[in-house]
Amino acid sequence: MQKAPERLIDENGFRLDGRRPEEFRPIKLQVGILDNPDGSAFIEQGKNKIIVGVYGPREIHPKHMVLPDRAVIRCRYRMAPFSTEERKNPAPSRREIEISKVIREALEPAVMPEYYPRTVIDIFVEALQCDGGTRCAGIVAASLALADAGISMRELVSACSVGKVEGQIVADLFDLEDKYGEADMPVAIMPNLNKVTLIQMDGKLSRDEFERAFEMALDGCRKIRNLQAEALKRRCEVLTGTEMPEKGSLEAH
Amino acid sequence: MSMTPQAAPTAKIEQEWIRDLASKNRRIDGRAPSDYREITIETGTIEKANGSARVTLGKTKILVGVKLELGAPFPDTPNEGVLTVNAELTPIAHSSFELGPPGENAIELARVVDRNLRESKAIDLKELCIEPGKRVFIVFVDVYVLDHDGNLVDASTYGALAALLKCRMPECEIRDGEIVYSGSFRPLPMRNYPVPVTFAKIGRTLIVDPCLKEEEVMSTRLTIGVDKEDCVCAMQKGGMGTLEVHEVTAAVEAAILKSGEIRKLIMEAAC
Repeated sequence: MQKAPERLIDENGFRLDGRRPEEFRPIKLQVGILDNPDGSAFIEQGKNKIIVGVYGPREIHPKHMVLPDRAVIRCRYRMAPFSTEERKNPAPSRREIEISKVIREALEPAVMPEYYPRTVIDIFVEALQCDGGTRCAGIVAASLALADAGISMRELVSACSVGKVEGQIVADLFDLEDKYGEADMPVAIMPNLNKVTLIQMDGKLSRDEFERAFEMALDGCRKIRNLQAEALKRRCEVLTGTEMPEKGSLEAH
Repeated sequence: MSMTPQAAPTAKIEQEWIRDLASKNRRIDGRAPSDYREITIETGTIEKANGSARVTLGKTKILVGVKLELGAPFPDTPNEGVLTVNAELTPIAHSSFELGPPGENAIELARVVDRNLRESKAIDLKELCIEPGKRVFIVFVDVYVLDHDGNLVDASTYGALAALLKCRMPECEIRDGEIVYSGSFRPLPMRNYPVPVTFAKIGRTLIVDPCLKEEEVMSTRLTIGVDKEDCVCAMQKGGMGTLEVHEVTAAVEAAILKSGEIRKLIMEAAC
């Protein structure tokens, strides 16, 4: 069993994994890594490893679920039994059911389902290794997978979490900070339209702290949006055979 | 699996009307955007529960019961009692509520009520420990929705808070490894009083305390839980729409203002 760490931020202002308060974990994004789904993406964010597959638009079963004027969007977020310190029971937990819902609601505004009436778009978010902030990482990968499937979208959805640890507003909490910190706030936005598609919070933030944290989250989302665009571009280059071998790494700070 | 819900049964013309009113800062029941419906809170409804409360919020009716039981603590918090919140959307509450295991809406409701109570540290769980690592009190908060006319999150949390404030736990001690009850009761160690305020976005207008018709028309819902020190302790966005950045910050400001009034009401009802 994990023990609570004595301090989450040391006297020099560094966090347990050596980051500065406003620093994000390195993010690696890959698009189109599975063969069977219509679209897929993989995200590595620190120790988080999440794979997302999208099927659709395809025929919906059972038929009575059909919506006559738009596609139904279905989403499942799931943690692998081996994804955490202690084995996670494979039965769906209440947390997973709630997160499936908030991920779907974070992506709905970006998708243009009116183009695909009477169909379904299935989004499967499989968290293979979890280290805090998986719903946000899942959203980042899911919007790439949707784009990879060629589904019409208004914009990509970018997400990150911010919070408070030892009285300081910090970006991109990892597991221990999430557990023992004072607040955690996942945020997803459509960066170019500047619209919030997901916001949750637990912990304790004064109004002033909330505003600073929210600003930090919006800023982080915009940075992640650039990485998403790069990852999609690389996928296009692979598909069209114009790949530039020296294209830079996707490590982000 | 979470799924796009079926379209609301409200007639299109009525939906248009609600949207049109909202754009003029008016509502179907004559309320202003920042007005709550009438809130009534009655405690002690269920004698066999350790604490209970019946809340009405306009036509929304909710019953909350609290039961205490002895049980084992979680291994990572051996010195703390356990809080569990469950919500039932009973089939009598609305024609769209079906039998069967709780769906995502019931689970979200329970988890948002739980988040408000847990994150504000409403109950001092350390005081519920009887024998570290072995025996603690488990606080079961069960939310029963009896009549659904919108804004279940707020009504349920107000009910849960009132029921917990009225809850009585039996005094007991350990003698030779056995639990001996003294026969007297004391209140739960309540340390904070979280009050959520829920907003619905209709068109470009944010209204508080949406009724069911308004929920069917809204694009987005935002719940902001505020603790007794005017800090935000819980947030949840729902619905398939989006929020502007300034709408979120305005909602936080409005929630901090509004929660004070409602907290007073709950405290009066439960004391």
